Amino acid sequence: MITTDILIIGAGPVGLFTVFEAGLLKLRCHLIDSLAEPGGQCAEIYPKKPIYDIPGFPEVLAGDLISNLMKQIEPFQPTFTLGESAVTIDETEDNQYIVTTDKGTKHKAPIVAIAGGLGVFTPRKPPISNINDFEDKGIKYIVKNPEDFRNQKVVISGGGDSALDWTIYFADQLNCDVTLVHRSQNFRAHNDSVQKAMDMAAQGKINLLLDSEVVGLNGSEKLEEVIIKTKAGEMIEKVDSWLPLFGLTPKLGPIAEWGLEIEKGAIKVDNATDYTTNRPGIYAIGDVNTYPGKLKLILCGFHEATIMCQSAFARIYPDKKNVLKYTTVNGVNGF
Amino acid sequence: MENTIIITVIDREGIAHELEAPTDMNMNVMEVCKSYELPVLGTCGGMAMCASCQVYVENDKVSLERSDDEQAMLDEAWHVQDNSRLGCQIHLATEHDGLIIRLAPSDDF
Repeated sequence: MITTDILIIGAGPVGLFTVFEAGLLKLRCHLIDSLAEPGGQCAEIYPKKPIYDIPGFPEVLAGDLISNLMKQIEPFQPTFTLGESAVTIDETEDNQYIVTTDKGTKHKAPIVAIAGGLGVFTPRKPPISNINDFEDKGIKYIVKNPEDFRNQKVVISGGGDSALDWTIYFADQLNCDVTLVHRSQNFRAHNDSVQKAMDMAAQGKINLLLDSEVVGLNGSEKLEEVIIKTKAGEMIEKVDSWLPLFGLTPKLGPIAEWGLEIEKGAIKVDNATDYTTNRPGIYAIGDVNTYPGKLKLILCGFHEATIMCQSAFARIYPDKKNVLKYTTVNGVNGF
Repeated sequence: MENTIIITVIDREGIAHELEAPTDMNMNVMEVCKSYELPVLGTCGGMAMCASCQVYVENDKVSLERSDDEQAMLDEAWHVQDNSRLGCQIHLATEHDGLIIRLAPSDDF
């Protein structure tokens, strides 16, 4: 069991900054995130895009904002459960919460701060009617153990970096017979990856099907064939695995079942006080919450996190005196 | 009203909504839909990086020409037709008065 003072669900910018504000109050934090790296949307969707409304930064790349936040919170030694998503929450007799992830990791804390943004990043699934029948039976949306695919006949779909990178890796390193299927002629990926894939196709190391799309799936116990629509017509390809790699999209997911008041896909909080939800000890901050006048901005999330930490301190130590300290006066005293 | 146009958005149930949209607020179709609480997610905030605001353009009030980013995103989206655009890439101006668009099916199924 992992124990901490504030258990933060979501390691995006707001979740990360919570560690700093909590640290100033000598509260320890642990973060859970479904992605393998901290950063949330900033890292997953738009790391190379500039943000212009972080006070004091005329322009900062989303990815750089995350690196800076990681540096800023380093003194407070946050710990992480990454690549796992929070699924259930249970209240204990001593007014603490136990949050369990999809992999069974348990976390206990008196305070839970939900900073889940738009939700858990889940794979975008192509709209093929029987796709659910073959999930984990020949279809994988995310490559976790590349070795599982060694010597296989694999079809990969998509036009982004992950589709290209895995195509190259599978053919180069895992002796796979790879076919990359993409709907157009152009890729949304780094030029050198695109060039490498083109070269490998020219050398016969991979099969490249452009202007093409997987439109159907066949198999009994597991996936056996994919039906590919090309400009010349439909063709059937025998496969061991099909990897539709079309990126991730956030969904609120299991948090919606935590007994919290939900309004239009967001968690209702009390913005007049401390961003508490209807369950004492559970707060929601950043894009995941809603209240009258809510703005989904990183800078508003930073404010919410700061207010919330003061309230969390008072809840954990109801009898302890606490005054707001200025970092300029006191510096940052890490753990 | 000055600096206002009317656009028609047909939702996924086939209901047509006539919306007043300002042309002086730098708004795009995705944002107008959200401001009227129509079911458009706009997950990426308007960077042409998620396709959750895909629409079908139903008349000639806007060009079907797509930017490279928009095209690349639509190349990886579903239910794409010749008249598909990303709502976030249609920035509303006076010439779009009378535009009719239809929301593409949502990613969730």
